Amino acid sequence: MNKVFTLLIAFFLLASAVVIGLWATGLVQFGPGSKTGSSSVVIAGAPQIGGPFELTNHKGEPVTNADFEGKLMLVFFGYTFCPDVCPTEMQTLSVAMQQLGDDGADVVPVFVTVDPKRDTVELMSEFVEAFHPSFVGLTGTEEQITDIKKKYKAYSQREENGDPDYYLVDHTSYTYLMGRDGKLISVFSYGTPPEDMVTKIREEL
Amino acid sequence: MLKMRFLSFALLAIFVVGGLSAGSTSVLSAEKDGIVVKDAWSRARPDGAKVGGAFLMIRNKGDKTDRLLEVRSPVAKRTEIHESLMKDGVMSMAPIDDLPVPAGDKVMLKPGGLHIMLMGLNENLKKGHEFPLILVFEHAGDIKVMVHVKDAGAMSGGHKN
Repeated sequence: MNKVFTLLIAFFLLASAVVIGLWATGLVQFGPGSKTGSSSVVIAGAPQIGGPFELTNHKGEPVTNADFEGKLMLVFFGYTFCPDVCPTEMQTLSVAMQQLGDDGADVVPVFVTVDPKRDTVELMSEFVEAFHPSFVGLTGTEEQITDIKKKYKAYSQREENGDPDYYLVDHTSYTYLMGRDGKLISVFSYGTPPEDMVTKIREEL
Repeated sequence: MLKMRFLSFALLAIFVVGGLSAGSTSVLSAEKDGIVVKDAWSRARPDGAKVGGAFLMIRNKGDKTDRLLEVRSPVAKRTEIHESLMKDGVMSMAPIDDLPVPAGDKVMLKPGGLHIMLMGLNENLKKGHEFPLILVFEHAGDIKVMVHVKDAGAMSGGHKN
């Protein structure tokens, strides 16, 4: 009986150590949950997030992942028609960039559309420029967007039976912090304060 | 005649209430039958944007629940009440039929939660502009407020943005 008890304690201590270890190394982010009470813990560091891509930036120029090498990327998926959540997260990233100030020179916030059909270069340009000058907006063909979504394990689903002009798109609300080598460093859940992002980014600068 | 006088008085009352809180530029707050609608704001949108969102606060000073049934605005072809929902990290929006405002309570329409979805914009939502919004309540009827367009990433209707 005593032995079982000791084993249980040992297991509990080990489990705690693993969780604390993951938290300390930034592989698990504890962010504030949404008001609907969904999961507030995001497990990041999963393999194979990120990878090569070919897209078009908000200036209409073709870009690839190679153009971002040597810099940290803050990648967020959304669509410009989204009036609520996307501008909110864009604002969070803008505040983080403001807080980084000159240290942000090596950080590129990237907004990738999940709605390339409607998000033209012109719309992307106006949308991202309304936030922070460092923002890069990325759009592309349906195939190119599907490809980067797959590589980032990002999900989006266009509303079924939606109006052809005003349809809504459900989408992943995570922000990915990518390293200078293009590999994932951390994932921030929606609602993570800009201060927390800045702390994590500064560790990588 | 009496009705006319009442109507003009009611209009004046709404104007005065709005003027007091908005620095007399326009009606940013309105009250009718115990329902107060105030701090209506929106975010600037790109020129080609077809949709926008509006946020505001509704307070029910009365003693019975009222419901926001419908919203109209000349800036949009279609206007709906929407709620943003987060499930497993996926954000989605869905229209809701009506929005109850319990007696003595208030309901905030704010980023990440409830908002008025303006679909099919007839004009650009430029920072600094204002546009009218008519809220239709079950009991209080129509209440019109002016919506103040703030920064693209504004997080509240407060003056700090």
